[in-house]
Amino acid sequence: MRIDHSIIESWVKPGSRLLDLGCGDGSLLQLLAQNRQAEGYGVEIGEAEINACIARGVNVIEHNLDRGLTQFSDKSFDLVIMTQALQTMRFPHKVLDEMLRVGRECIVAFPNFGHWRARWHLAVSGRMPVSDILPYQWYDTPNIHFCTVRDFDVLCREQGIKVLQRQVINTQGPSRWCDMMPNLLAVNAVYHLSR
Amino acid sequence: MSASVDSPFGPGSVGLVTPQCFQYDAPFTLASGRQLPGFELVYETYGQLNADASNAVLICHALSGTHHAAGYHSADDRKPGWWDHYIGPGKPIDTNRFFVVALNNLGGCAGSTGPTSINPDTGKPWGPDFPMLRVRDWVNSQKLLATHLGIQVWAAVVGGSLGGMQAMRWALEYPDQVRHCVVIASAMKLTAQNIAFNETARHAITSDPEFHDGDYLAQQTSPKQGLATARMIGHITYLSGDGLGEKFGRELRSGSFARGQDSLVEFQVQSYLRYQGDVFSDKFDANTYLLMTRALDYFDLAREYGDDPVAAFKTAQARFLVVSFSTDWRFSPERSREIALALMNANRSVCYAEIESNFGHDAFLLPSERYETVFRNFMNTIVTEAQS
Repeated sequence: MRIDHSIIESWVKPGSRLLDLGCGDGSLLQLLAQNRQAEGYGVEIGEAEINACIARGVNVIEHNLDRGLTQFSDKSFDLVIMTQALQTMRFPHKVLDEMLRVGRECIVAFPNFGHWRARWHLAVSGRMPVSDILPYQWYDTPNIHFCTVRDFDVLCREQGIKVLQRQVINTQGPSRWCDMMPNLLAVNAVYHLSR
Repeated sequence: MSASVDSPFGPGSVGLVTPQCFQYDAPFTLASGRQLPGFELVYETYGQLNADASNAVLICHALSGTHHAAGYHSADDRKPGWWDHYIGPGKPIDTNRFFVVALNNLGGCAGSTGPTSINPDTGKPWGPDFPMLRVRDWVNSQKLLATHLGIQVWAAVVGGSLGGMQAMRWALEYPDQVRHCVVIASAMKLTAQNIAFNETARHAITSDPEFHDGDYLAQQTSPKQGLATARMIGHITYLSGDGLGEKFGRELRSGSFARGQDSLVEFQVQSYLRYQGDVFSDKFDANTYLLMTRALDYFDLAREYGDDPVAAFKTAQARFLVVSFSTDWRFSPERSREIALALMNANRSVCYAEIESNFGHDAFLLPSERYETVFRNFMNTIVTEAQS
């Protein structure tokens, strides 16, 4: 199971009504349905991912998130989730704002661009990092808005977003070192937010 | 069971099929308040009904559809049923797993009781006196057919366009008798533009000198020109501008634009449309066309639920699949998104896919890899659920 998924699972209240933005193959929704009796919908734009959701019986709605969430009314979901997709959004801060309008709470998981390997790569080779975690060349990546853990903290502060919980993880999962120096050592960060 | 197992038509075909007739002999009250003394429905089935009758799928047809959805009526048939791409062994609606029922709706002209049938009270064809029908009347008559076939619960009710409206109405009228509902290229109600097209088509029919206020059968004639025009109008709206352009462009069938020429020029698209219109007017009944387009116009899923689609869908229990096509402007993706959103707000199960296609509204009948995958994956979950 993906580490960020298991962290999210532990934060989801049983029976929640959720929206998973950029839900991928629907595995998180399926997990939360099985282990948290959560009901919800995935929103996705990738054809293969939509097919996978339908095949596993996960509710999925084809929709381009860059077109916004205006069709959803305020607080119509208990929880709005977005894992590993915030950095692909045209305007991440607006998406975050919308997530907190539509949902009472939201959970965001994103890769930390401040991780030492990314810094090292840029510093030493002078080129954009390409790794297992960020396996794209700069010109054909879906990721257009990378941020660091520190950047995200600043954004939350500026937008008046409350951080209810945060878990930073390296490739193995949570670690003490990671907690001490999240901006340098975290590969991924998972935030639980509310207004 | 009317489909042969070893089909000379290839492994993906249900093969030769024979229509059957369901006769209902008791009075049948319609939404209009009028009553039919009884009725007949012509239908076809493909595949085998399983022991607990849990694998039955109902196919609801669109405007000019019939009971002949898949397979062939004879070895010389040039074309299979209207939805043969999607019904058959190994196809999205897999007849190795599902028992498929397709029928000609009440008011149709392919054998079911309709304007061309004899009115038992007068001994003459019903003609224009055939009662107006609503989508719910079709659903109610289909319910009687289901009972006749020993089907208490449909594994799925499936329909495109006007058929999608029937599928949705099924899910609201008989919520515990529809496990899955597949709504393709449809809408919760028509737009004013759609009604305008339908009115233009009806006007073409009713203003044909051979129409005789709908009593053309008694006059032993038929408003063929009007019906052909109606079909041509419809046909244009079922295709996309780009699709038509791709298929015909400005190619000429006859004549020339060369200077010094004064003969009539005919574009390929003209002769194509005329051919489609003529073929249709030879086999379709004008009163049925009027009746079906009116049922389309009158359909409004949420009217009885305070015009609130969310309230309407709260009565449904089925899992929904909603599909639209990018270039469909007669039943645009926007209309399908409204359905999906209303279902979400009603907390119902729904998957929605928007298929990239160049074929307009007609795309729902045509082969498309992505559409097939979406459809197949959804239908597969029905089978899995039934087995678990």
